Amino acid sequence: MNIVVLVKLVPDTEATLRIAEDRRQIVKSDVNFVLNPYDEYALEEALRLKEKQGGTVTVMSLGGDEAVKALRNALAMGADEAVHVKSAGGLDMVGVAKALAGALRDKGYDLILAGKQAVDDDCGAIGPMVAALLDIPHAAVVVKLEVADGKFKAHREVDGGYEEFEAALPALVTAQKGLNEPRYASLKGIMTAKKKSIHEVEAATSPIKTEIVRLEYPPSRPPGKIVGTGVESVPELVRLLREEAKVI
Amino acid sequence: MNILVYVETRGGKIRGAGLEALTAARKLADAAGGSVAALLIGQGGAELTAEVGQYGAGKAFIAENAALAGYSPEGYLETLLEAVRQSGAQAVVMTASSLGKDLAPMAAAKLDAAFLPDCTGLEWQDGRIVITRPVYAGKLNITLAAKELPAVISLRPKAFPPVPTGGTAETVKLSVNLEGKVKTRLVGVGQDAGGRLDVTEADVVISGGRGMKAPENFKLIEELAETLRGAVGASRAVVDVGWRPHSEQVGQTGKVVSPTLYIACGISGAIQHLAGMRSSKVIVAINKDPEAPIFKSADYGIVGDALEVLPALTQAVKAIG
Repeated sequence: MNIVVLVKLVPDTEATLRIAEDRRQIVKSDVNFVLNPYDEYALEEALRLKEKQGGTVTVMSLGGDEAVKALRNALAMGADEAVHVKSAGGLDMVGVAKALAGALRDKGYDLILAGKQAVDDDCGAIGPMVAALLDIPHAAVVVKLEVADGKFKAHREVDGGYEEFEAALPALVTAQKGLNEPRYASLKGIMTAKKKSIHEVEAATSPIKTEIVRLEYPPSRPPGKIVGTGVESVPELVRLLREEAKVI
Repeated sequence: MNILVYVETRGGKIRGAGLEALTAARKLADAAGGSVAALLIGQGGAELTAEVGQYGAGKAFIAENAALAGYSPEGYLETLLEAVRQSGAQAVVMTASSLGKDLAPMAAAKLDAAFLPDCTGLEWQDGRIVITRPVYAGKLNITLAAKELPAVISLRPKAFPPVPTGGTAETVKLSVNLEGKVKTRLVGVGQDAGGRLDVTEADVVISGGRGMKAPENFKLIEELAETLRGAVGASRAVVDVGWRPHSEQVGQTGKVVSPTLYIACGISGAIQHLAGMRSSKVIVAINKDPEAPIFKSADYGIVGDALEVLPALTQAVKAIG
């Protein structure tokens, strides 16, 4: 089975972020960048499917140097091949999806896996967009996946419950936390990853339809108050919630 | 500018989220000059048309089709695209519910549109659509403008309170040929254990962390949640050890919630948890440790053992009736 996993490099969720002077991006110099956590679930699922059913796992990332870093991290986890879709940036979400769809068409695939969302933009759009552009079935936010006999069966997490979908391959699935437990890259994996070659392709460009006006910090909350200690403060808390905050 | 709103329904009724989307679209149409049409998929009787009219739609496209009784990515996408064609819409609006988060991006890709997802703010400024949305799990907010139309916009649930504007909508039957289109088949649905209220939909969320000491103690949280008609949430720590299901996890790798009232019990307040609840209107923290970071984000705090404070709080709330 020919599996392609879409991966992205993102700031570590532990990071405290600062806004750069142009007020359109974050300061990158003091931030630790990692493989998008949701992409790890996607990659782990691909590796498990390959271990069970045979085939190849190719990882693909769009961008500049950060994409290469994402690919090396993914190769270290055990991916076989890597494709760097080169882009200097400046693509909007649909533009990124179009570029990836183009690269995927050229590569060929039976199954495309991706994380449910990237923890920087939190859009969760690439999976559904790429599936729509490639005109293939998809299931997003998947916590359970079975692939057999040229079909997939997926449990998709939705508000308050889940939906179970079935479709024929080729298809796309986005991974949610809980799909599996991702493995750590072994030292051997890290060393061999350095030697694996990364295939480069140019990202197709498209005009951008959205413009960043500004990036800003969320409004800070006025400082709160400690009502008291222990059970005795409960009546006062209830009074404040009722009369001051007016929420109960 | 004509706007088409996908109005989500559930069990034959319009979801609150659908009314939020109509309200936001009506406000945008009034500022930009234009009309609002609603799309109802799967069901749409006279009372649903009347309701969308009440919230600002002039037309209700009703797409009734057995194949669309449950969600189908391709089926809903085709139906939405047909409604866009027939309505001449230059902007599509829907809530960023689970369904909206799947449908909106597909529509944006097919329409080659400006994509503006999960917005907490939506304005018409200097002749363009301008939105604000949280990024990096709410650590920062970004303001984006659509450089051209069409635009596909999804709205963060509970960010746009529904406001009826009065009015009536004309019903238009929408028939879509879905032959050969529905490739992803829905074969089952399930509710979370007990069919409890989802954290993203509740006005009140009571969350528990490691300070609850044991899974059985979450009963105290469930009781307060029931008394306040709210939902139960959980920190990542207790989900990872299996005390609570992932569907209750609030935080960067869980759900982002913005209820009117958020009560954090025995939760220290890690950056990733805060990212999931910082936009709550009122935050209360109950923690034994006076140095717990959560107190810096809370409007009200009690330093104490959640296991003792919770039952007292439930009783006190019950007493006010």
